[in-house]
Amino acid sequence: MSDDTRDTQHKRPGGLFSFLSKSRATKPGEIYGVPGQGETLWLSLGSIAVLLFVWWLVTAMGWVKPLFVPSPGAIVQKFVDVWQNGFTNTAFHQHIWVSTARVFGAFVLACAVGIPLGIAMGMSPAIRGIFDPPIEFYRPIPPLAYLPLMIIWFGIGETSKVLLIFLSVFAPVALGARAGVRSAAIEQIHAAYSFGASRWQVMLHVILPAALPEILTAMRIGIGFGWTTLVAAEMVAATEGLGYMVLSASQFLQTSTVIMGIIVIAAIAYTFDLLMRWVERRVVPWKGRM
Amino acid sequence: MGLKIDDASVVYPAADGRPPVAALQGIDLSIENDDFVVALGASGCGKSTLLNLVAGFLSPTSGQILLDGRPVQGPGADRSVVFQKHALLPWLNVMDNVAFGLKLQGVAGKARYEIAGKFITLLGLDGFQQSPVYKLSGGMQQRVGIARALTCDPKVLLMDEPLGALDALTREKAQELILNIWNETHKSVFFITHSVEEALFMGTKLIVMSPRPGRIAHRFDLPFSRRFLAGESARHVKASPEFIQLREEVLEIIFADEEAVE
Ligand SMILES: Nc1ncnc2c1ncn2[C@@H]1O[C@H](COP(=O)(O)OP(=O)(O)OP(=O)(O)O)[C@@H](O)[C@H]1O
Ligand SMILES: [Mg+2]
Repeated sequence: MSDDTRDTQHKRPGGLFSFLSKSRATKPGEIYGVPGQGETLWLSLGSIAVLLFVWWLVTAMGWVKPLFVPSPGAIVQKFVDVWQNGFTNTAFHQHIWVSTARVFGAFVLACAVGIPLGIAMGMSPAIRGIFDPPIEFYRPIPPLAYLPLMIIWFGIGETSKVLLIFLSVFAPVALGARAGVRSAAIEQIHAAYSFGASRWQVMLHVILPAALPEILTAMRIGIGFGWTTLVAAEMVAATEGLGYMVLSASQFLQTSTVIMGIIVIAAIAYTFDLLMRWVERRVVPWKGRM
Repeated sequence: MGLKIDDASVVYPAADGRPPVAALQGIDLSIENDDFVVALGASGCGKSTLLNLVAGFLSPTSGQILLDGRPVQGPGADRSVVFQKHALLPWLNVMDNVAFGLKLQGVAGKARYEIAGKFITLLGLDGFQQSPVYKLSGGMQQRVGIARALTCDPKVLLMDEPLGALDALTREKAQELILNIWNETHKSVFFITHSVEEALFMGTKLIVMSPRPGRIAHRFDLPFSRRFLAGESARHVKASPEFIQLREEVLEIIFADEEAVE
């Protein structure tokens, strides 16, 4: 009896807003007071399960027409169907491959140009002065707005598609790399100089490694923008690709294909994000530790 | 020869509506080879500014700094700095942090690690060669910083409160360690501390600085570190009547300065 009441006093529920109350002592191996620390896997799985259940319930009870929201089962069926028979005479893996190649091709290009440029902008006021206006100017414009220009300038081929995705990835990657240059502590930089380092060595051995966490984060954000732009890029004269599949299915009101395509895009993007997080843990285990 | 600071002044320009700060005014100081100069003084009296001046991170508003007769133009490998904090590289392990200066100077891998290993042993970090630095305690990190500064065999060793973060016992051991290293290598040392006892024990020369404008208010020649190096025990030196008398004298000066400012 008395044991019971003591227990409830000591156990504070880890509710949604527990982060606003006073933090409890941590287990050995954890650090006290790190914001947002804690395991989220089960909550996330639960959240997905609830969403799926609501979706299933709404369709199974017939509350909405399948034309608007097809049942989860119909999506799975559609997936199997397209997997076996392809979509518009093109094999499913071909659609996936074409879209992935466009997004990753643009992503690799954007990183290859954006990261060095961002670092240069962080290091040199001259380069920052030159490139800051154009990047800041185009960055907030929605890709759909300059899509017509891309088509007029570069035609309806692969170039304008990849370029559109490239542009959406480029700005966040370049700006992230530029901000990352400021990560090194001034003492670290001074230490290198007092060993007689040249500016180039300081950049290579201090500023770049210190910027790595922010560059990796910027790459994660950048590829997200890439997938966001995929459908816009495949609006024009495409005959293959996941974006094309979603768009043309929507014209024929094949809602289940649309939703299936969306889920496939999300799944690929999410898998890559998990991969990047894994890389992050391996490459910069010291992130935020010093 | 050695290091010579000649009538150096530093004025930080006005910023954010605050008036300009005369951080240093008319500093004259020479640090001969073999000198161990300790700077004491209230917070904000310009000790770090003086160290930055010697390190070459800052150029004086007027006056000049000469090293072996040549004016100091910027940082260089002949002057190594041990920082108070934040100066290790978390992406390198202990070994690579200590060997960092040698790497920058183009020393090849094997020779580099040999030298670094020697200083790791000297500072009692054996067994931690491969540890990431962010997993070390504050005192151990500080020792990594000292080892790193020593590897490149600088003429002048500049230390800004290097032992401030250490516990009493580790601190006394580190003091003895630094004195022994100084005795063996005959480097010039410029050492900033907030501890009067540490200052008296370590230095051959003591400068006591006063704030606003930052200047050298008093100078003392100190015999205590030589007594320690001649074989007397550290505690014995620190407990001797001469030591205690000078300690009280210096404390009185610093307190008087603080009151005069307030
Ligand atoms: N970058 C700067 N810009 C403007 N004023 C500065 C700057 N750096 C230091 N100062 C001022 O110069 C004076 C001396 O600073 P300094 O850091 O040299 O003091 P210190 O003796 O090292 O103090 P502490 O013992 O607290 O480290 C202080 O009044 C400080 O406010
Ligand atoms: Mg200071």
